[in-house]
Amino acid sequence: MDMPVKPFIEVRNLDLNYDDYMVMRNLNFTVNKGETFIIMGGSGCGKSTLLKVLIGLKEPKNGQVLYNGEDFWAADYRRQQEMMRGFGVLYQSGALWSSLTVGENVALPLQLYSSLGVSQIRDLVELKLSLVGLEGCADLYPGELSGGMRKRAGLARALALDPDIIFFDEPSAGLDPISAKMLDDLIIQLREDLGSTIVVVTHELASIFAVGNNAIFLDDQSKTMTASGDPKYLLDNSRDPKVIQFLTRGRR
Amino acid sequence: MSLEKLTFNYSQGDNALSVRFNGVWQIFTKIPPVSEATSQFLAYPDIKTIILDTTELSAWDSSLVVFLYKLIKQCQERNIEVRYNNPPEGMEKIIALTLTRTDIKVLPKVDVTDTFLEKVGEGFIGMGKGLFILLDFLGEIVQAFGRLIIGKAYFRKDEFMLLLQRCGVSALGLVSLISLLVGVILAFVGAMQLKLFGAQIYIADIVGIAMVRVMGAVMTGILMSGRTGASFAAELGIMQTNEEIDAFKTLGVDPVEFLVVPRILALVIMMPLLTLYANLMGILGGFAISVSMLNLNPVEYINHTQAAVKMSNLWVGLAHSVVFGIIIAISGCLRGIRCERSASGVGEATTSAVVTAITSIVIATAVITFICQVLGV
Ligand SMILES: Nc1ncnc2c1ncn2[C@@H]1O[C@H](COP(=O)(O)OP(=O)(O)O)[C@@H](O)[C@H]1O
Ligand SMILES: [Mg+2]
Repeated sequence: MDMPVKPFIEVRNLDLNYDDYMVMRNLNFTVNKGETFIIMGGSGCGKSTLLKVLIGLKEPKNGQVLYNGEDFWAADYRRQQEMMRGFGVLYQSGALWSSLTVGENVALPLQLYSSLGVSQIRDLVELKLSLVGLEGCADLYPGELSGGMRKRAGLARALALDPDIIFFDEPSAGLDPISAKMLDDLIIQLREDLGSTIVVVTHELASIFAVGNNAIFLDDQSKTMTASGDPKYLLDNSRDPKVIQFLTRGRR
Repeated sequence: MSLEKLTFNYSQGDNALSVRFNGVWQIFTKIPPVSEATSQFLAYPDIKTIILDTTELSAWDSSLVVFLYKLIKQCQERNIEVRYNNPPEGMEKIIALTLTRTDIKVLPKVDVTDTFLEKVGEGFIGMGKGLFILLDFLGEIVQAFGRLIIGKAYFRKDEFMLLLQRCGVSALGLVSLISLLVGVILAFVGAMQLKLFGAQIYIADIVGIAMVRVMGAVMTGILMSGRTGASFAAELGIMQTNEEIDAFKTLGVDPVEFLVVPRILALVIMMPLLTLYANLMGILGGFAISVSMLNLNPVEYINHTQAAVKMSNLWVGLAHSVVFGIIIAISGCLRGIRCERSASGVGEATTSAVVTAITSIVIATAVITFICQVLGV
């Protein structure tokens, strides 16, 4: 079944900086509804910085980020907060609140923004936790979980408010191959079962080819994006030696 | 005589210098400096070729490679041809590899040779920025308190109770010990002077007024800066590094409301209580010394203390403690929330939280004392 292509995020002429330090210039791309979009590039090239701008944590130097046609950074604070509530984010380190249990972590967004009762929230938390394979872990503290479990718990929290779009920052970084594969499978499952739109920052080739159906490549030397398209298509058709080197680990 | 590690032989005919490596060239043996070889360049300025002769070399490791690497670099700069004579297996390859590694670019370091005036200027700009950040933070805190008062803020009672316990009960032991000793010190210092006039009973006045009016609050403030202020900075700093604070922001939760407000409240509630307790302990310390070692009458001592310490002294002391509570909580939380995401970030945040808090406490004490003087309290 072909999904109707509708743009969800449109990025126009985006420049990213830290004070005087330019990170990326002139980024232009579109993320469509239901797509798994990969932001790839070497370490330190600005992937996390771009993600911060997309999720509303950092203002860009120039340019626009449109969500369903609405300019995020031109909106007022209240509207920005409202839009952010539609984002689920899995941070690089999981970013679970360490003073709360796993269950409380997932429950907090629901307590804040839903009108559900205590027992309904508890059921919902259990549902989200079993979705990521952590049923029965609600009463553990983040410190008691392994790295892979922490990321999955972070994902359960990101899914708490049924977000329109889910962002992942290096989901498989620091995980063993099996846990990494498990997380990749979860991402595919989210897209196929829930129809979520997904943006993944990664430099893991296995993840890129397993989950991605659209991508951009950020090049840290020219400080802009040098390729975009389906990663498998890029692998066969790109003429940019850097993109090919990245996608083949320099083995071609 | 042991053999020289390096021997040189210059042949005038073809302008070639033969450098001969003898014996063992390993990290654990003594290796001559490269200058020993390069000084030969000065002795023979028209040198065209250098022959690295390793026939007499018995063992080698990286120390030889480093030596050769430096030597060959110098030769390349002077356009001197380098030839090997019977090099051991693998050596040529390693050296070739080292020499080709010059393509790795190291980003140029930012020039930091500022003049004195530039440094002063930057210092002032830095202070200005710091002030701006502080005012910004204070604004956020006021807004968050506003939301708390109208009941729109998110507030977790059980976590607040835990904070109260950490800022209060857990500090009692330390506060007792220090205040007791401050009382003892005040009594001893007072006794030495008052003995001259036979007015030793006035120790009670000195200890009582000093403790209640400032010392109780100041000592508690300094202790709590090191204890609670530092732990606030470390906690929030780690949360910042772990992206936990970002996670609050994405959820539309104001981290100031969620993390900073309860901490300020907890300290503002606990500081006056701890100060009252410290006052009592200090007076107790003075009393114990006066009665046991200075032979003062206990009843008279207590009566003197009661007469000397007025309610106004108590209020001034409590005012100090509330101000100190706010200072400690704000400096701890501000440094923590703005912590840099690096290995040293949390450590720096903690240190600067304590330094900021203690400095501000001393300044605040001076200001309050001055105000009291003007108001005649
Ligand atoms: N808070 C910051 N202040 C200044 N520079 C930063 C900051 N965070 C990251 N950078 C710099 O910006 C560049 C991009 O960083 P980042 O987006 O984290 O890279 P990536 O996620 O692709 O590894 C890096 O050179 C990094 O050193
Ligand atoms: Mg990153």
